[in-house]
Amino acid sequence: MAKITAGVGSSHVPLLGVAVDQGKWQDDYFGPIFKGYEWTREWEKEEKPDVVILVYNDHASAFDANIIPTFAIGCGEHYKSADEGWGPRPVPDVEGHADLAWHIAQSLILDDFDMTIINEMDVDHGLTVPLSMMFGQPEKWPVKVVPLAVNVVTYPVPSGNRCWALGEAIARAVESFPEDLNVQIWGTGGMSHQLQGPRAGLLNREWDNKFLDLLESDNDDVRHIQHIEYLRETGSEGIEMVMWLIMRGALGKTVKRLNRHYHIPCSNTAIGHIVLEPAD
Amino acid sequence: MTEATPKQNIHEYLAELDDIPGTRVYTAARARKGYWINQFAMSLMKAENRERFKADERAYLDEWKISEDAKQALLARDYNTLLDLGGNVYFLSKLFSSDGLPFAEAVSTMTDMTWPEYRQMMLDGGRSPIGNRSIKGGY
Repeated sequence: MAKITAGVGSSHVPLLGVAVDQGKWQDDYFGPIFKGYEWTREWEKEEKPDVVILVYNDHASAFDANIIPTFAIGCGEHYKSADEGWGPRPVPDVEGHADLAWHIAQSLILDDFDMTIINEMDVDHGLTVPLSMMFGQPEKWPVKVVPLAVNVVTYPVPSGNRCWALGEAIARAVESFPEDLNVQIWGTGGMSHQLQGPRAGLLNREWDNKFLDLLESDNDDVRHIQHIEYLRETGSEGIEMVMWLIMRGALGKTVKRLNRHYHIPCSNTAIGHIVLEPAD
Repeated sequence: MTEATPKQNIHEYLAELDDIPGTRVYTAARARKGYWINQFAMSLMKAENRERFKADERAYLDEWKISEDAKQALLARDYNTLLDLGGNVYFLSKLFSSDGLPFAEAVSTMTDMTWPEYRQMMLDGGRSPIGNRSIKGGY
């Protein structure tokens, strides 16, 4: 039987990918950020997950303005790194787990989540930066990936409550997959940042840390935070944090925190990172 | 059959999104208005299109169903005006890349700061949310 054994939350700022690709991760600017991931990189080597369900958002790479799926699941065999305007990141191709992905897709639809299914797409920094943060620069990624893309760009984006419920449904789906698999779920994006308009550059250390506290707690208050609160408190792009709730919802009522890190700034963004395991 | 009621009133929801200082939330209305601005920007992901655009920006823009106002704003790289006209920053970032401009530097052009001032603000902890949360509330 497949099982979700841990959840990871992480920012996916594109500049972190640049730091890895150009070997700058130990310098004065990036050093403190990458230090916060050191424990997790060692932990991942021991955990050896078979599959990561990687919740992220596409940044006008695989999807243009034409089609806007609220929740889309990648059911393909493999995905290439997208050319985001400066050439594709020099990272390995991402191998999918089509059997598990199709199983999750079908289960979710029967569980009232009307998923969009993607067979072919390129994956951008939203997906490849967290892989680099967790696994460094291997010749081949040590896990298979089920990409789960969420619309967090065009409003209304899905509610935190719906994201949490989707996480719960994903956990049920994984548990009904017959093969023994060690599965992790990662929620990516955030934390506070605003990339547009005269208010650009907004960061909110206090709110972000309150959000991390709520993720660790054994109540589900965090799922009821409204869009307007994310917008007011964490900038126009802080809304990406609803994707962390898919991860948290998949872990059950009680969790144990294994690692937590917060750093300001990386480019325009507050970097947050948390590792949780189910403790029910 | 029971009558279903939406959890949130769409009109109240949308009105709140307009109450954030210095921010254009990318609503469905903006997405409709800026559709071709964003699709034009998306086209710059292809090297051959970038070359054609760079060779004659005006001629390339004239191939798209974009208003004259938006064309002028694109030529001037006036990103705040483009946000008003329905541009979205993830699409407009294809234009930043075509110009060889780092993302954060392009973002700084939408504020009242120079790029060095903006960069320093970020190093100092970013822009505070205090006074920047609500237009009506002023908090």
